[in-house]
Amino acid sequence: MTSVKTQQSRNDDGLAAVVPATAPPQLVKRRRKPLTWDKVSFFAVFLGLPLAIYLLFVIWPFVQAFGYSLTDWSGFSPNQNFIGLENYTKIFTDDIFMKAMGNNILLVIFLPIITIILSLVLASLVTVGGSSKGQIKGLRNSSFYRVVSFFPYTIPAIAIGIMWGQIYDPSGGLLNGILTGLGFDQFKDFAWLGDKNTAMIATMFVIVWGFVGFYMVLFVAGIKGIPAELFEAARIDGAGRFRTAVSITIPLIRDNIQTAYIYMGILALDAFVYMAALNSGGGPDNSTLVMAQQLFFTAFSKGQFGLASAMGVVLAVATLIFSGLVFLVNRLTGGDKDVSL
Amino acid sequence: MTTKVSTPEMKSLHFQPRTPATTTGDKVVGAVSHTALTIWTLIVILPLLWTFMSSFKTSSEIFASPFALPGEWKLDNYVKAWSEAGIGSAFLNSVLVVAVALVIVMVLGAMCAYVLARYTFRGSRAIYYLMLAGLTFPIFLAMVPLFFVLRNMGLLNTLPGLILVYVGFALPFTVFFLFSFFKSLPHEITEAAALDGAGEWRTFFQVMLPMAKPGLASVAIFNFLGLWNQFLIPVSINAAGPRVLSQELAAFAGQMGYAVDYGALFAAVSVTVIPVLIVYVIFQRQLQGSVSQGTSK
Repeated sequence: MTSVKTQQSRNDDGLAAVVPATAPPQLVKRRRKPLTWDKVSFFAVFLGLPLAIYLLFVIWPFVQAFGYSLTDWSGFSPNQNFIGLENYTKIFTDDIFMKAMGNNILLVIFLPIITIILSLVLASLVTVGGSSKGQIKGLRNSSFYRVVSFFPYTIPAIAIGIMWGQIYDPSGGLLNGILTGLGFDQFKDFAWLGDKNTAMIATMFVIVWGFVGFYMVLFVAGIKGIPAELFEAARIDGAGRFRTAVSITIPLIRDNIQTAYIYMGILALDAFVYMAALNSGGGPDNSTLVMAQQLFFTAFSKGQFGLASAMGVVLAVATLIFSGLVFLVNRLTGGDKDVSL
Repeated sequence: MTTKVSTPEMKSLHFQPRTPATTTGDKVVGAVSHTALTIWTLIVILPLLWTFMSSFKTSSEIFASPFALPGEWKLDNYVKAWSEAGIGSAFLNSVLVVAVALVIVMVLGAMCAYVLARYTFRGSRAIYYLMLAGLTFPIFLAMVPLFFVLRNMGLLNTLPGLILVYVGFALPFTVFFLFSFFKSLPHEITEAAALDGAGEWRTFFQVMLPMAKPGLASVAIFNFLGLWNQFLIPVSINAAGPRVLSQELAAFAGQMGYAVDYGALFAAVSVTVIPVLIVYVIFQRQLQGSVSQGTSK
């Protein structure tokens, strides 16, 4: 789809280039029509206004952040000295920040995989869990599951965090209530978020809880986009349900999975809201501290804006490396070439 | 659950020459699928129900037992959360900020996407890639400089400042998705409008924008959820300003350590969750459709 579009616009460029090079650039816009007030005002408002807001509030701060990261600026002093890469050496020798980075890496490894596998399984159950004879059918009454699973996506992350903070509460929480009710008395007053062995796992579960429904809906949409004949052909060839899921469904919704992987990974590298809501101080032994929390604390509590900007750059570079890796792995393992619908 | 699986009649609208017999294998798979999905549904819904139930309890009732129903179904906690804890004013601030930002970003985003998709000029590709770049960079990187940009403009800790920043950060997503939408609309229509004497402005507002309605609706839903749930931007650049809902909720939970009023906290969370949930249930068909639209580009 997209490649066709690029092709088309390239052709447009080609057409425009036919116009003599001496012509003023405005005329190139559209084939030799005079500039009218209508057109000038149209471009000024339609392109100028959105672009001005975007450049001022998004691009300019991003650019500035790189500059600030090379200074010792504390924000409120007028002078900022250029200190080169000193902030970066400080970051990489700071044990707490490295611990936070390690936690982010842990999140990036586990969060996308768990979320995607769980939502893929649920999406497959919903779409192809029906009868194995005749037409391919989804499970009956499955839209109920789909609608309910999506609920968490409509809830603000901070509300999810606060809610689960209460569920994990050692004495009055829902989880320990259920566990002791089932006879697991060792969990009475167990602090899930206060124990360094369980804090991270408990936190990860909350994030997974928040996103599985969304990706399930996304995958269901992807699976429904696959022509039914493909499933039927596989069935005639004798493929069972599991084989169909592995050999037909997953390769065909590969692009959706890649998108999901990148989004979840970017979220895992941030994760600020969940961490701040569940364990605002970074958790026991900093076991749930993430880079974003450390950045926020360094900037808005300690006022070390130069150092905080450098942390932001590290975070951005980590995000870019991660996205690049996902693309690369997908390409190397044969994505993009084996299927096209 | 099992009754659903074993009901014999079929409601398929497709013509079926023979009704295929349901094999025992199918029944097992169906039962297992329903069980797995039911378990997940319970995992999703129990915490929500528990929060809602607890929002009617007093603090001592909450400590006594996590399961017991409230002694009386009173709205005391809601009154407390709404007025004393400031959730009410924060809710209204959120509605205001999100509504205004949403309208602005949809109009500006549609205009920008339209120009980028329908006109070719020097730098149009560059602008498009600039928009893409904004989608991939983490918001965190921008927060520190943004704080000072707004302070220099006198917009720090104000709702207009917050609205403008929301617009800026929602813009790339909006442009990116509407771009492909406008690209797919037929060119003949623009030409016909031009022949009929419509100028650029009229063509856009009276011809193209109405045609883009399905795309606009999908993007608006996702922008609404994204802006309504936004937390990092308000706590960074609106820390001392009139608080929005997510901010107030965090502040309220933050002081909980000192003055324990868990009932009011549950009520505050319920107030945040329930309105959007109701809107979602009403519009869920539309939303499911837009997810598939967004993914198939």
